[in-house]
Formats: sequence, structure tokens, C-alpha cells
Amino acid sequence: MKGHTIVFQNKPRIVATGTIAGPKECAGVVGNFVDKALLEDTFGEDTYEKAECKMLTFAVRKAIENGGLTEEDVDLLISGDLLNQIISASFTARDFDFPFLGTYSACSTMTESMALAAMLVDGGYIKRAVAATGSHFSSAERQYRYPLELGNTRPPQSQWTVTAAGATLIADMGGDKSCFQGKKIPAITAATLGRVVDYGITDVNNMGAAMATAAADTILTNLQDMERDARYYDLIVTGDLGALGSRLMKDLLWEKGVDVEPNHVDCGEIIYNVIEDEFQGGSGAGCSAVVFGSYLYEKLKKGEIRRMLFAATGALLSTVSSGQGESIPCISHAVSIEIDI
Amino acid sequence: MTGKDNENFNQNYIDYVHSFDPPTKHFKNCLRAFLVGGLICTIGQFLRVIFEEALGLSGDELAGTVSIALIFLGTLLTGLGVYDRIGKHAGAGSIVPITGFANSVCSPAMEFKTEGYVYGMAAKMFIVAGPIIVFGALSGTIVGLLYLLL
Repeated sequence: MKGHTIVFQNKPRIVATGTIAGPKECAGVVGNFVDKALLEDTFGEDTYEKAECKMLTFAVRKAIENGGLTEEDVDLLISGDLLNQIISASFTARDFDFPFLGTYSACSTMTESMALAAMLVDGGYIKRAVAATGSHFSSAERQYRYPLELGNTRPPQSQWTVTAAGATLIADMGGDKSCFQGKKIPAITAATLGRVVDYGITDVNNMGAAMATAAADTILTNLQDMERDARYYDLIVTGDLGALGSRLMKDLLWEKGVDVEPNHVDCGEIIYNVIEDEFQGGSGAGCSAVVFGSYLYEKLKKGEIRRMLFAATGALLSTVSSGQGESIPCISHAVSIEIDI
Repeated sequence: MTGKDNENFNQNYIDYVHSFDPPTKHFKNCLRAFLVGGLICTIGQFLRVIFEEALGLSGDELAGTVSIALIFLGTLLTGLGVYDRIGKHAGAGSIVPITGFANSVCSPAMEFKTEGYVYGMAAKMFIVAGPIIVFGALSGTIVGLLYLLL
């Protein structure tokens, strides 16, 4: 471990991904890359919570299938979601025979799960693990905000929780690249574990501003620990800062003498095409999971992105804490993903 | 303490974030609210005239019937998924009238129906409207007392 960054020796690889997204998301950039594009956001279920769970189950199953494996080959599921007591992840896990570790770091759950899976695989404790997460607009809205049919207005700083799920299958492929048959399989080379950062933002409708601080902190830590320049990465991906949060994060990094303007992209900012009520863009655990699992993973496999820092960001608040006037502590975990090794 | 109670928390950052706050379009919002709110009230007045002519109602009976009709319309439009779309554009224009109150009761009832009719729908029905009732009753009492005393 260098600083807060764990450098992996055995290069755990992201063998496959499984993704699914709702109709609004599929109208955007991920539409052509997801394994399943839903026509209706209930996914044939009678409640949105069940739909969210079913989507997550689908993503996990699809990742295993896309990796050419069966469920017996998988040693562990690491997953979490936004709902109270991470019910979607736990209920998903009951459909599978392998063990389950529940994780929660809000919208940063994807990178936290991936980092943990990579550590366990790298240490040789397990062979293959699935890291997955998802979110659903309607279930998140009901838990964190207002009923769907309530005729209120959304503030312009707000973001739109993404209806999607994504899973990655992380496995130890050994040092021999001949079995790849010329295919590029991205490896997780390092993971920077985030600190909880709180600059005192209390506005729950402006989570991008709160999370920008955590993203900036983790990206900076990664670059310092690895002694890298921001240019080392083809792409620095943040989870769901949205347009305003991205701007703030770039400013924070600029202050520290790091310029990520040319190679930064935010999943929340790019996920939606149509600007209806999304305002600053998408948010939610599923946002970074689906954008990474579909669009970005495809680019990695094609070699269009060779080195990437994936730093999803999470706002660690609850309706109770914000009701009691607490500020919003945020976290960001990052994984470095490279294809040339 | 950390977070916002930390003495050294970054006031500069918070100020910087606020500098990005988009300006509230007061004039546009007021105009929309005026038009939509006015339209709802006009519909109410229209119903009043109709009920007076057709049913021969007057006084409290007439006012009550008009309110019931408007509450029905608000609830119906909520159930059809239209009211939240109106509210998105009209703001206070569709929240303040009695139809908005109907919407604030009906929407959580629909939402929490999945958790059962007693502990879901019925118990959660007033999560939005509850404060309106509490403070409405409170201010009504205070005004009533003042009226009595003065």
C-alpha cells in the first residue's frame, strides 16, 4: 500500500460486465451498449423496489454469462444499493448460491465493491467475484424525496436518479496472456480508498457540490500515491457529480495544480441525452455502474481507452441526518484500470 | 465536531458553490403561478355559478359542494398522473389552491399503497399534508382567539 492506494501485484481482471437500464437512460449514450434496454421501468414487477432488485439480479446473471462461466464458478458477490438496509442487494443475493458481502457507500458503491473484489482476488483468497450495484429513480425518490405524483418543482441544482444496474466479474486470469486469444481484458492495477470529506454543504438538492470535494481528494491522492501526472490516464471518470459538481471538482483540482479538464468525464453528466428534468445530470449508484459496465467497458476492450481512473462518488447522508440539519459527508473510492498489462 | 459544526469548515467553498446558484426567475414563476392559480380559481367560480343555477344551492352548501368538486378533480388528475406535470410548470399556482392539497394527500396514498392499506396507504397519507393541517389548525386557532379578544 502506498499512502491510501493499494497496488495490485497479480492484476485482477474485469472479465465481463452485465448491464441493464431503464427507458430514459437508454435514450442516451448507454442505450446501444447495455445488455438489456427496458421498455418500462417496472420490469414487469408490481413495485419499484422489486423492479430494482430484479434489475440487479439480471445484471449479476448477465455478467457471469458474458464471462462464459456458470454460477458454480463464482466465489463471491459484493454488492450494495441505495435503499434502506441495502435490500436490493441482499434480496438479489438470495437468488444465488455463492456467498454475499453487502457494501454501502451510496453512489460510490460500485468502485468500493470493485476495489474489495480486486483485493480478495489479488490476495488469492478467491478466484472470481462479482461486484454489482443498481438504483431506481422511483424507489430512490420515494425514500429520499417526495411521492412521484406530488406536483412540486425540482430545483435546478438537482439531479435525476438513474434507473439502471451494472455488474462486473472480476477474476484472476494468471500472468499468461495467451489464453486471452488476442482480446484485451482490462486489469485493475490499483485502488485508492477514499476518505470521508465534508466541506459543510447542507443542501440535499446540491449533492454534486458536496461530492466534488471527495472526488477531488481521491483523485489527488491517487495521483500523488502513484506519482503520476493527470495526463497518465486517458480518462478520469467520476461517478455522478453532474455538470455543476464536475465544474467544482475541476476547480478544486486546478487550485492544487492539477488540470483534469481535457481528460475528465462524469457519468452523470453524459448519461442523459434529453434534458427534461435531469438538470445537472444523473445520479445514483446505478449511474456509474451502467456507464462503466456498458459504454466505457466497450471502449476499454476496443483499446480506445487504455488507462482509466474510475472514481465514483457517494453522498453519505440519510433523510434523518439532513432533517437534523447535518451537512453531507461524501466519499469517493477510485480504481485504476489499464489494458496494456 | 466535524462537518458544518467544524470551526474550520470551508466557508470559501460554500460561498463559491453559492456563486453558481442559478438566479430564481421570480417574474416568470409569479406569472405562471398567477395564470394557473387563476385558472383553477376561475374553474371554481364557474362551478359555483353552475351549482347555484342548476342545483339551487347557496351559502355554506354551495361553498362545500364547489370544494368537493375541486378536490375530486385534483385527486383525479393526480391519479391520472397529470397533476405533477402541471405542478412542475405552475409551481405555487397549483400547490396553493385546494386541488394542490388534494394532490398532496393523494400522491403519498398512491405511493405507499404497496406497503399495505393500513400501515402503508392510510398511515403515510398525510406525510406531505400533515404540516399543512397542523399549522393550518394552529394559525386558525390563534386568529380565532385574537378575533374573540379584540
